[in-house]
Amino acid sequence: MKFLKEYRDSKLAGEILEKIKKVSKKPAKLMEVCGTHTVSIFRHGIRDILPHNITLISGPGCPVCVTPNKHIDEAIELCRRPGVILTTFGDMMKVPGSESSLSAEKALGADIRIVYSTLDAVDIAVNNPEKEVVFFGIGFETTSPTIAAAVLRAEREGLTNFSVLGAQKLIPQAIRALLDNNETGINGFILPGHVSALIGIKPYEFIAREFSIPAVIIGFEPVDILQGILMLVKQIEEGTARVEIQYSRGVPQEGNPHAMKVLFKVFEPSDAVWRGIGTIPGTGLKLRKRYRKYDAVKKFGIEIRESREHPGCRCGEVLRGVITPLECGLYGKACLPEHPIGPCMVSVEGTCAAYYKYGKRS
Amino acid sequence: MCLAIPAKIISIDDNIAEVEIAGVTRKVSLDLAPEAKLDDYVLVHAGFAIQVIDEEEALKTLELFKEILEHEVS
Repeated sequence: MKFLKEYRDSKLAGEILEKIKKVSKKPAKLMEVCGTHTVSIFRHGIRDILPHNITLISGPGCPVCVTPNKHIDEAIELCRRPGVILTTFGDMMKVPGSESSLSAEKALGADIRIVYSTLDAVDIAVNNPEKEVVFFGIGFETTSPTIAAAVLRAEREGLTNFSVLGAQKLIPQAIRALLDNNETGINGFILPGHVSALIGIKPYEFIAREFSIPAVIIGFEPVDILQGILMLVKQIEEGTARVEIQYSRGVPQEGNPHAMKVLFKVFEPSDAVWRGIGTIPGTGLKLRKRYRKYDAVKKFGIEIRESREHPGCRCGEVLRGVITPLECGLYGKACLPEHPIGPCMVSVEGTCAAYYKYGKRS
Repeated sequence: MCLAIPAKIISIDDNIAEVEIAGVTRKVSLDLAPEAKLDDYVLVHAGFAIQVIDEEEALKTLELFKEILEHEVS
Protein backbone atom coordinates (compact mmCIF):
# COMPACT_ATOMS: atom_id res chain seq x y z
CA MET A 1 0.00 0.00 0.00
CA LYS A 2 1.56 3.24 -1.16
CA PHE A 3 2.35 5.74 1.60
CA LEU A 4 2.15 3.01 4.23
CA LYS A 5 4.55 0.21 3.30
CA GLU A 6 7.62 2.36 2.81
CA TYR A 7 7.13 3.86 6.28
CA ARG A 8 7.09 0.38 7.81
CA ASP A 9 10.54 -0.58 6.51
CA SER A 10 12.17 -2.40 9.42
CA LYS A 11 15.71 -1.84 8.15
CA LEU A 12 15.22 1.90 7.95
CA ALA A 13 13.47 1.88 11.33
CA GLY A 14 16.44 0.01 12.83
CA GLU A 15 18.90 2.51 11.40
CA ILE A 16 16.94 5.45 12.76
CA LEU A 17 16.80 3.75 16.15
CA GLU A 18 20.60 3.41 16.16
CA LYS A 19 20.86 7.11 15.37
CA ILE A 20 18.52 7.94 18.26
CA LYS A 21 20.70 5.87 20.60
CA LYS A 22 23.79 7.71 19.39
CA VAL A 23 22.32 11.20 19.69
CA SER A 24 20.18 10.96 22.82
CA LYS A 25 21.98 11.41 26.14
CA LYS A 26 19.75 13.65 28.26
CA PRO A 27 16.57 12.37 29.93
CA ALA A 28 13.70 12.94 27.50
CA LYS A 29 10.10 12.64 28.61
CA LEU A 30 8.01 12.85 25.47
CA MET A 31 4.23 13.06 25.46
CA GLU A 32 2.25 11.66 22.56
CA VAL A 33 -0.86 13.81 22.62
CA CYS A 34 -2.88 11.64 20.23
CA GLY A 35 -4.50 8.30 21.00
CA THR A 36 -3.79 7.07 17.47
CA HIS A 37 -0.08 7.57 18.22
CA THR A 38 -0.46 5.69 21.52
CA VAL A 39 -1.85 2.65 19.70
CA SER A 40 0.75 2.79 16.91
CA ILE A 41 3.61 3.12 19.43
CA PHE A 42 2.38 0.04 21.31
CA ARG A 43 1.57 -1.96 18.16
CA HIS A 44 5.07 -1.49 16.80
CA GLY A 45 6.78 -2.05 20.15
CA ILE A 46 8.45 1.36 20.07
CA ARG A 47 8.39 1.93 23.86
CA ASP A 48 10.39 -1.23 24.41
CA ILE A 49 13.17 -0.49 21.93
CA LEU A 50 13.98 3.10 22.85
CA PRO A 51 16.98 3.82 25.07
CA HIS A 52 16.16 4.05 28.79
CA ASN A 53 16.61 7.80 28.99
CA ILE A 54 13.63 8.30 26.65
CA THR A 55 10.21 7.90 28.25
CA LEU A 56 6.99 8.09 26.28
CA ILE A 57 3.86 9.15 28.14
CA SER A 58 0.34 9.28 26.77
CA GLY A 59 -1.69 12.45 26.85
CA PRO A 60 -5.30 13.58 26.54
CA GLY A 61 -5.72 12.82 22.84
CA CYS A 62 -8.44 10.19 22.90
CA PRO A 63 -11.73 12.02 22.30
CA VAL A 64 -13.80 9.23 23.84
CA CYS A 65 -11.70 9.35 27.00
CA VAL A 66 -11.89 13.09 27.58
CA THR A 67 -15.67 13.24 27.08
CA PRO A 68 -17.15 13.85 30.55
CA ASN A 69 -20.02 11.75 31.83
CA LYS A 70 -22.47 14.64 31.38
CA HIS A 71 -22.42 14.17 27.60
CA ILE A 72 -22.80 10.40 27.87
CA ASP A 73 -25.77 10.98 30.18
CA GLU A 74 -27.26 13.43 27.67
CA ALA A 75 -26.93 10.84 24.89
CA ILE A 76 -28.60 8.23 27.11
CA GLU A 77 -31.41 10.64 27.96
CA LEU A 78 -31.89 11.38 24.25
CA CYS A 79 -31.97 7.76 23.13
CA ARG A 80 -34.75 7.10 25.64
CA ARG A 81 -37.01 9.68 23.98
CA PRO A 82 -39.72 8.15 21.81
CA GLY A 83 -39.14 8.45 18.07
CA VAL A 84 -35.41 9.19 18.40
CA ILE A 85 -32.73 7.36 16.45
CA LEU A 86 -29.36 8.08 18.08
CA THR A 87 -26.38 7.72 15.75
CA THR A 88 -22.77 7.75 16.86
CA PHE A 89 -19.29 6.39 16.25
CA GLY A 90 -18.80 2.85 17.55
CA ASP A 91 -16.31 3.84 20.24
CA MET A 92 -18.99 5.60 22.28
CA MET A 93 -21.23 2.56 22.75
CA LYS A 94 -19.59 0.98 25.76
CA VAL A 95 -18.52 4.12 27.61
CA PRO A 96 -20.19 4.05 31.04
CA GLY A 97 -22.22 7.13 31.95
CA SER A 98 -23.46 7.83 35.48
CA GLU A 99 -25.88 4.90 35.46
CA SER A 100 -25.93 3.25 32.05
CA SER A 101 -24.18 3.08 28.68
CA LEU A 102 -25.42 3.33 25.11
CA SER A 103 -24.85 -0.38 24.55
CA ALA A 104 -26.93 -1.19 27.66
CA GLU A 105 -29.69 1.12 26.37
CA LYS A 106 -29.55 -0.54 22.94
CA ALA A 107 -29.97 -3.93 24.60
CA LEU A 108 -33.06 -2.52 26.30
CA GLY A 109 -34.51 -1.53 22.92
CA ALA A 110 -33.30 1.99 22.17
CA ASP A 111 -32.73 2.69 18.47
CA ILE A 112 -29.00 3.44 18.45
CA ARG A 113 -27.05 3.04 15.23
CA ILE A 114 -23.30 3.06 14.75
CA VAL A 115 -22.20 5.06 11.73
CA TYR A 116 -18.86 5.24 9.93
CA SER A 117 -19.41 8.79 8.69
CA THR A 118 -21.50 11.78 9.77
CA LEU A 119 -23.07 11.70 6.30
CA ASP A 120 -24.44 8.23 7.08
CA ALA A 121 -26.33 9.84 9.96
CA VAL A 122 -27.75 12.44 7.56
CA ASP A 123 -28.81 9.60 5.21
CA ILE A 124 -30.63 7.92 8.10
CA ALA A 125 -32.51 11.20 8.68
CA VAL A 126 -33.40 11.43 4.96
CA ASN A 127 -34.67 7.84 4.97
CA ASN A 128 -36.64 8.16 8.23
CA PRO A 129 -38.62 11.40 7.94
CA GLU A 130 -41.03 10.33 10.69
CA LYS A 131 -38.15 9.94 13.19
CA GLU A 132 -35.80 12.40 14.87
CA VAL A 133 -32.18 11.52 14.10
CA VAL A 134 -29.52 12.77 16.52
CA PHE A 135 -25.82 12.45 15.82
CA PHE A 136 -23.76 12.20 19.02
CA GLY A 137 -20.54 13.79 17.87
CA ILE A 138 -17.21 13.63 19.59
CA GLY A 139 -13.79 14.30 18.15
CA PHE A 140 -11.02 16.80 17.66
CA GLU A 141 -10.17 19.04 14.72
CA THR A 142 -9.80 15.95 12.48
CA THR A 143 -13.43 14.92 12.95
CA SER A 144 -15.26 18.14 13.76
CA PRO A 145 -15.18 19.49 10.18
CA THR A 146 -17.00 16.28 9.10
CA ILE A 147 -19.73 17.10 11.66
CA ALA A 148 -19.93 20.66 10.30
CA ALA A 149 -20.20 19.27 6.75
CA ALA A 150 -23.10 17.06 7.88
CA VAL A 151 -24.94 20.07 9.36
CA LEU A 152 -24.43 21.99 6.12
CA ARG A 153 -25.79 19.04 4.13
CA ALA A 154 -28.81 18.80 6.44
CA GLU A 155 -29.41 22.50 5.83
CA ARG A 156 -29.04 22.12 2.04
CA GLU A 157 -31.56 19.28 2.06
CA GLY A 158 -33.94 21.21 4.31
CA LEU A 159 -33.98 18.46 6.94
CA THR A 160 -35.88 19.29 10.11
CA ASN A 161 -35.39 15.87 11.75
CA PHE A 162 -31.59 15.98 12.13
CA SER A 163 -29.69 17.39 15.09
CA VAL A 164 -26.31 17.09 16.77
CA LEU A 165 -25.32 16.37 20.34
CA GLY A 166 -21.89 17.91 20.17
CA ALA A 167 -19.01 17.14 22.51
CA GLN A 168 -16.11 18.06 20.23
CA LYS A 169 -12.88 19.54 21.46
CA LEU A 170 -9.92 21.57 20.22
CA ILE A 171 -6.40 20.35 20.95
CA PRO A 172 -3.80 23.17 21.12
CA GLN A 173 -5.18 25.00 24.17
CA ALA A 174 -5.54 21.69 26.01
CA ILE A 175 -1.76 21.32 25.60
CA ARG A 176 -1.40 24.78 27.12
CA ALA A 177 -3.54 23.70 30.08
CA LEU A 178 -1.30 20.67 30.63
CA LEU A 179 1.79 22.88 30.52
CA ASP A 180 0.22 25.44 32.87
CA ASN A 181 -0.48 22.64 35.38
CA ASN A 182 3.17 21.59 35.08
CA GLU A 183 2.57 18.16 36.61
CA THR A 184 4.61 15.95 34.33
CA GLY A 185 7.90 17.66 33.37
CA ILE A 186 7.44 17.07 29.64
CA ASN A 187 10.58 17.67 27.53
CA GLY A 188 8.98 17.27 24.12
CA PHE A 189 5.67 16.81 22.34
CA ILE A 190 4.77 14.26 19.69
CA LEU A 191 2.03 16.34 18.06
CA PRO A 192 -0.99 14.71 16.40
CA GLY A 193 -0.53 14.23 12.65
CA HIS A 194 -4.13 14.24 11.58
CA VAL A 195 -5.36 17.07 13.79
CA SER A 196 -2.44 19.00 12.29
CA ALA A 197 -3.43 18.00 8.73
CA LEU A 198 -6.38 20.30 9.39
CA ILE A 199 -4.97 23.07 11.63
CA GLY A 200 -1.37 23.27 10.37
CA ILE A 201 1.65 24.26 12.47
CA LYS A 202 0.82 27.77 13.69
CA PRO A 203 -1.54 26.96 16.60
CA TYR A 204 1.30 25.05 18.32
CA GLU A 205 3.96 27.74 18.12
CA PHE A 206 3.33 28.86 21.70
CA ILE A 207 4.75 25.54 22.96
CA ALA A 208 8.25 26.47 21.80
CA ARG A 209 7.90 30.23 22.17
CA GLU A 210 6.34 30.45 25.63
CA PHE A 211 7.37 27.17 27.24
CA SER A 212 10.70 26.48 25.44
CA ILE A 213 9.65 22.89 24.73
CA PRO A 214 10.36 21.21 21.37
CA ALA A 215 7.39 19.81 19.50
CA VAL A 216 7.17 17.82 16.26
CA ILE A 217 4.10 16.98 14.17
CA ILE A 218 4.59 13.29 13.43
CA GLY A 219 2.99 10.65 11.18
CA PHE A 220 1.67 7.32 12.41
CA GLU A 221 3.87 4.66 10.85
CA PRO A 222 6.89 3.31 12.76
CA VAL A 223 9.49 5.06 10.60
CA ASP A 224 7.55 8.32 11.00
CA ILE A 225 7.41 7.96 14.77
CA LEU A 226 11.10 7.07 15.12
CA GLN A 227 12.13 9.86 12.78
CA GLY A 228 9.99 12.30 14.77
CA ILE A 229 11.50 11.12 18.06
CA LEU A 230 14.97 11.64 16.55
CA MET A 231 13.99 15.20 15.59
CA LEU A 232 12.80 15.79 19.17
CA VAL A 233 15.87 14.36 20.91
CA LYS A 234 18.17 16.33 18.60
CA GLN A 235 16.44 19.52 19.75
CA ILE A 236 16.63 18.41 23.38
CA GLU A 237 20.36 17.70 23.07
CA GLU A 238 20.97 21.05 21.31
CA GLY A 239 18.92 22.87 23.95
CA THR A 240 16.68 24.42 21.29
CA ALA A 241 12.89 24.57 21.06
CA ARG A 242 11.13 24.67 17.72
CA VAL A 243 7.90 23.32 16.31
CA GLU A 244 8.71 21.13 13.30
CA ILE A 245 6.81 18.93 10.87
CA GLN A 246 8.03 15.38 10.29
CA TYR A 247 4.73 14.33 8.62
CA SER A 248 5.13 16.78 5.74
CA ARG A 249 3.36 14.55 3.19
CA GLY A 250 0.10 14.95 5.12
CA VAL A 251 0.60 18.26 6.90
CA PRO A 252 1.17 21.44 4.93
CA GLN A 253 2.26 24.42 7.07
CA GLU A 254 -1.20 25.95 6.74
CA GLY A 255 -3.14 22.69 7.27
CA ASN A 256 -6.46 22.55 5.42
CA PRO A 257 -7.87 26.11 5.49
CA HIS A 258 -10.97 25.11 3.49
CA ALA A 259 -11.97 22.45 6.03
CA MET A 260 -11.33 24.86 8.92
CA LYS A 261 -13.55 27.41 7.18
CA VAL A 262 -16.33 24.81 6.98
CA LEU A 263 -15.81 24.00 10.67
CA PHE A 264 -15.97 27.61 11.84
CA LYS A 265 -18.85 28.45 9.55
CA VAL A 266 -21.01 26.08 11.58
CA PHE A 267 -19.33 26.10 15.01
CA GLU A 268 -17.70 28.69 17.24
CA PRO A 269 -15.25 28.09 20.11
CA SER A 270 -16.72 27.69 23.58
CA ASP A 271 -15.49 26.52 26.96
CA ALA A 272 -15.32 22.75 27.38
CA VAL A 273 -15.03 20.34 30.26
CA TRP A 274 -12.31 17.72 29.78
CA ARG A 275 -12.49 14.59 31.89
CA GLY A 276 -9.63 14.72 34.36
CA ILE A 277 -8.53 18.22 33.41
CA GLY A 278 -11.64 20.35 34.04
CA THR A 279 -12.92 23.34 32.11
CA ILE A 280 -10.51 24.73 29.53
CA PRO A 281 -11.60 28.03 27.99
CA GLY A 282 -12.00 28.04 24.22
CA THR A 283 -11.46 24.32 23.68
CA GLY A 284 -15.03 23.33 22.91
CA LEU A 285 -17.28 23.98 19.94
CA LYS A 286 -20.87 25.16 19.94
CA LEU A 287 -23.18 25.68 17.00
CA ARG A 288 -23.30 29.25 15.73
CA LYS A 289 -26.63 31.09 16.08
CA ARG A 290 -27.70 30.33 12.50
CA TYR A 291 -27.29 26.58 13.13
CA ARG A 292 -28.68 26.34 16.70
CA LYS A 293 -31.79 24.62 15.38
CA TYR A 294 -29.52 21.57 14.94
CA ASP A 295 -28.58 21.59 18.65
CA ALA A 296 -30.12 18.41 20.11
CA VAL A 297 -29.79 19.56 23.74
CA LYS A 298 -31.89 22.66 23.01
CA LYS A 299 -34.26 20.92 20.62
CA PHE A 300 -35.18 18.23 23.14
CA GLY A 301 -34.75 20.32 26.31
CA ILE A 302 -32.19 17.94 27.79
CA GLU A 303 -30.94 18.86 31.24
CA ILE A 304 -28.60 16.66 33.21
CA ARG A 305 -28.57 17.84 36.84
CA GLU A 306 -25.79 15.69 38.19
CA SER A 307 -23.33 13.29 36.60
CA ARG A 308 -21.29 10.84 38.61
CA GLU A 309 -17.93 9.25 37.98
CA HIS A 310 -16.78 5.96 39.44
CA PRO A 311 -14.94 6.96 42.66
CA GLY A 312 -12.00 4.62 42.05
CA CYS A 313 -11.44 5.52 38.39
CA ARG A 314 -8.16 7.38 37.78
CA CYS A 315 -8.66 8.06 34.06
CA GLY A 316 -8.26 11.77 34.75
CA GLU A 317 -4.70 11.33 35.99
CA VAL A 318 -3.92 8.91 33.15
CA LEU A 319 -5.16 11.51 30.65
CA ARG A 320 -2.91 14.19 32.13
CA GLY A 321 0.07 11.84 31.95
CA VAL A 322 0.47 12.02 35.75
CA ILE A 323 0.16 8.26 36.30
CA THR A 324 0.34 5.21 34.05
CA PRO A 325 -2.60 2.78 34.05
CA LEU A 326 -0.52 0.40 36.15
CA GLU A 327 -0.85 2.79 39.09
CA CYS A 328 -4.69 2.64 39.05
CA GLY A 329 -6.15 0.14 41.51
CA LEU A 330 -8.95 -0.83 39.12
CA TYR A 331 -6.77 -1.46 36.04
CA GLY A 332 -6.65 -5.09 34.97
CA LYS A 333 -8.73 -6.14 37.99
CA ALA A 334 -12.21 -4.60 38.16
CA CYS A 335 -11.61 -2.56 34.98
CA LEU A 336 -11.09 -4.78 31.94
CA PRO A 337 -11.79 -4.38 28.21
CA GLU A 338 -14.85 -6.65 28.51
CA HIS A 339 -16.05 -4.76 31.59
CA PRO A 340 -14.61 -1.26 31.42
CA ILE A 341 -15.13 1.15 34.30
CA GLY A 342 -13.29 4.13 32.87
CA PRO A 343 -13.31 5.43 29.28
CA CYS A 344 -9.54 4.90 28.88
CA MET A 345 -10.27 1.16 28.96
CA VAL A 346 -13.25 1.45 26.57
CA SER A 347 -11.82 3.20 23.58
CA VAL A 348 -9.41 1.19 21.44
CA GLU A 349 -7.24 4.31 21.56
CA GLY A 350 -7.51 4.70 25.32
CA THR A 351 -4.21 4.45 27.18
CA CYS A 352 -5.51 1.71 29.51
CA ALA A 353 -6.90 -0.34 26.61
CA ALA A 354 -3.58 -0.03 24.73
CA TYR A 355 -1.59 -1.02 27.83
CA TYR A 356 -3.84 -4.02 28.38
CA LYS A 357 -3.95 -5.17 24.77
CA TYR A 358 -0.20 -5.01 24.36
CA GLY A 359 0.54 -6.89 27.53
CA LYS A 360 1.49 -4.27 30.10
CA ARG A 361 -0.31 -5.99 32.95
CA SER A 362 1.90 -5.21 35.94
CA MET B 1 -10.27 8.15 16.49
CA CYS B 2 -8.04 10.44 14.46
CA LEU B 3 -7.04 7.62 12.16
CA ALA B 4 -6.80 8.54 8.47
CA ILE B 5 -5.79 6.18 5.70
CA PRO B 6 -4.08 7.07 2.39
CA ALA B 7 -6.32 6.21 -0.54
CA LYS B 8 -6.12 6.82 -4.30
CA ILE B 9 -8.94 8.64 -6.10
CA ILE B 10 -10.09 6.52 -9.03
CA SER B 11 -13.17 8.49 -10.04
CA ILE B 12 -14.98 11.69 -9.09
CA ASP B 13 -18.68 12.43 -9.46
CA ASP B 14 -19.54 15.94 -8.29
CA ASN B 15 -18.25 16.11 -4.68
CA ILE B 16 -18.08 12.35 -4.15
CA ALA B 17 -14.91 10.44 -5.00
CA GLU B 18 -14.45 6.74 -5.35
CA VAL B 19 -11.19 5.80 -3.67
CA GLU B 20 -9.13 2.65 -3.58
CA ILE B 21 -7.44 1.42 -0.41
CA ALA B 22 -5.48 -1.83 -0.71
CA GLY B 23 -7.79 -3.20 -3.41
CA VAL B 24 -10.98 -2.11 -1.67
CA THR B 25 -13.04 0.73 -3.10
CA ARG B 26 -15.42 3.04 -1.32
CA LYS B 27 -17.03 6.42 -1.75
CA VAL B 28 -15.79 9.42 0.19
CA SER B 29 -16.91 13.03 0.35
CA LEU B 30 -14.70 15.78 -1.09
CA ASP B 31 -16.58 18.49 0.85
CA LEU B 32 -13.48 19.18 2.95
CA ALA B 33 -10.86 18.79 0.19
CA PRO B 34 -12.50 20.07 -3.00
CA GLU B 35 -9.10 20.58 -4.65
CA ALA B 36 -8.46 16.80 -4.81
CA LYS B 37 -8.10 15.46 -8.36
CA LEU B 38 -8.27 12.12 -10.11
CA ASP B 39 -5.22 9.94 -9.26
CA ASP B 40 -4.40 12.03 -6.18
CA TYR B 41 -3.80 10.22 -2.92
CA VAL B 42 -5.90 11.61 -0.10
CA LEU B 43 -6.06 11.00 3.64
CA VAL B 44 -9.49 9.50 4.34
CA HIS B 45 -11.06 10.00 7.77
CA ALA B 46 -14.62 8.92 8.63
CA GLY B 47 -15.83 9.02 5.04
CA PHE B 48 -14.20 12.32 4.12
CA ALA B 49 -10.99 13.21 2.27
CA ILE B 50 -9.34 15.58 4.77
CA GLN B 51 -6.06 16.30 2.98
CA VAL B 52 -4.35 15.67 -0.35
CA ILE B 53 -1.07 13.80 0.19
CA ASP B 54 1.94 15.66 -1.13
CA GLU B 55 3.82 13.00 -3.11
CA GLU B 56 6.90 15.15 -3.48
CA GLU B 57 7.11 15.68 0.29
CA ALA B 58 6.56 11.96 0.85
CA LEU B 59 9.53 11.05 -1.31
CA LYS B 60 11.62 13.86 0.10
CA THR B 61 11.12 12.61 3.67
CA LEU B 62 12.30 9.12 2.80
CA GLU B 63 15.12 10.15 0.48
CA LEU B 64 16.48 12.77 2.83
CA PHE B 65 16.57 10.35 5.66
CA LYS B 66 18.23 7.62 3.67
CA GLU B 67 20.86 10.13 2.54
CA ILE B 68 21.57 11.21 6.11
CA LEU B 69 21.96 7.61 7.20
CA GLU B 70 24.24 6.74 4.29
CA HIS B 71 26.34 9.83 5.00
CA GLU B 72 26.63 8.80 8.66
CA VAL B 73 27.78 5.28 7.73
CA SER B 74 30.41 6.35 5.20
